[in-house]
Amino acid sequence: MTVGLEHYLTVAAILFVIGIFGIFINRKNVIVILMSVELMLLAVNINLVAFSSFLDDLAGQVFTLFVLTVAAAEAAIGLAVLVCFFRNRGTIAVEDANVMKG
Amino acid sequence: MGFAVFAFYLFASAVVASGVMVVFARSAVHSVLWLVLAFFSSAGLFVLLGAEFVAMIMVIVYVGAVAVLFLFVVMMLDVDFVKLKAGMSSYLPVGLLIALVLLVQLGFAFGSWEVTDVALAQRSAVTPDRAEVENTMALGDVLYTQYVLVFQLAGLILLVAMIGAIVLTLRHRPGVKRQKVLDQMYRDPKAAIAMKDVKPGQGL
Repeated sequence: MTVGLEHYLTVAAILFVIGIFGIFINRKNVIVILMSVELMLLAVNINLVAFSSFLDDLAGQVFTLFVLTVAAAEAAIGLAVLVCFFRNRGTIAVEDANVMKG
Repeated sequence: MGFAVFAFYLFASAVVASGVMVVFARSAVHSVLWLVLAFFSSAGLFVLLGAEFVAMIMVIVYVGAVAVLFLFVVMMLDVDFVKLKAGMSSYLPVGLLIALVLLVQLGFAFGSWEVTDVALAQRSAVTPDRAEVENTMALGDVLYTQYVLVFQLAGLILLVAMIGAIVLTLRHRPGVKRQKVLDQMYRDPKAAIAMKDVKPGQGL
């Protein structure tokens, strides 16, 4: 019994679905939504590295590094926006983010 | 069952379980800690796949930077996270339905996966023999030659993110005493020091 490409793809698919599911059921909490997005990016990274390993192509790992970069930048900007929003409004609930000014 | 298979199932189940716990954990701090476990386990999966450099970068960037950033923000904001959890059960059926549909779709896509010879011929950066060139060196050889422009762009994205985060969160509160470096540097000795000729016994 060996671990093949399908096993890794299954893990990544389950993780991606968990990320989407987390966005659905935590619709009020921006922080958990951001964490769910990180989970989805992690699933994409697992896919990229799995294909890179099983097809012997290093480009997948290179792109994993770029996805990692974008994920880090996205987390930093998202949390900065969140802190800014909390200072102005005193809440982080998604349904309170309905005013397009200030 | 070999050790590699055992390790794969260990790490895979840890990733999936901690992913579920990120979504369902009661407090946001617990969510962040489960997220750290998910990143660690996926780093283990990457090591099993032979991508050691990406695995270590994963631990450094995600656990060392992103998760700690999340932890800082969660602890800094004074938010009642339990109240934000309210109404979670009303979204549960629709969420489960969509998740199930998506999982089945992904299963159909991945279940019949076959790699053609055409795809193998179109590889852009074929991995050299692992016994001769280790993963980090091979990755560096590709990253700094073939993908150098994209690499520079990634650095630019990080710069923009850094400046953006600082600009968004920086605020100048009035009434706070802080050091003004320029004022100190441009201070004139003539305006700051006054020479007084003090007579003995009289004082100023």
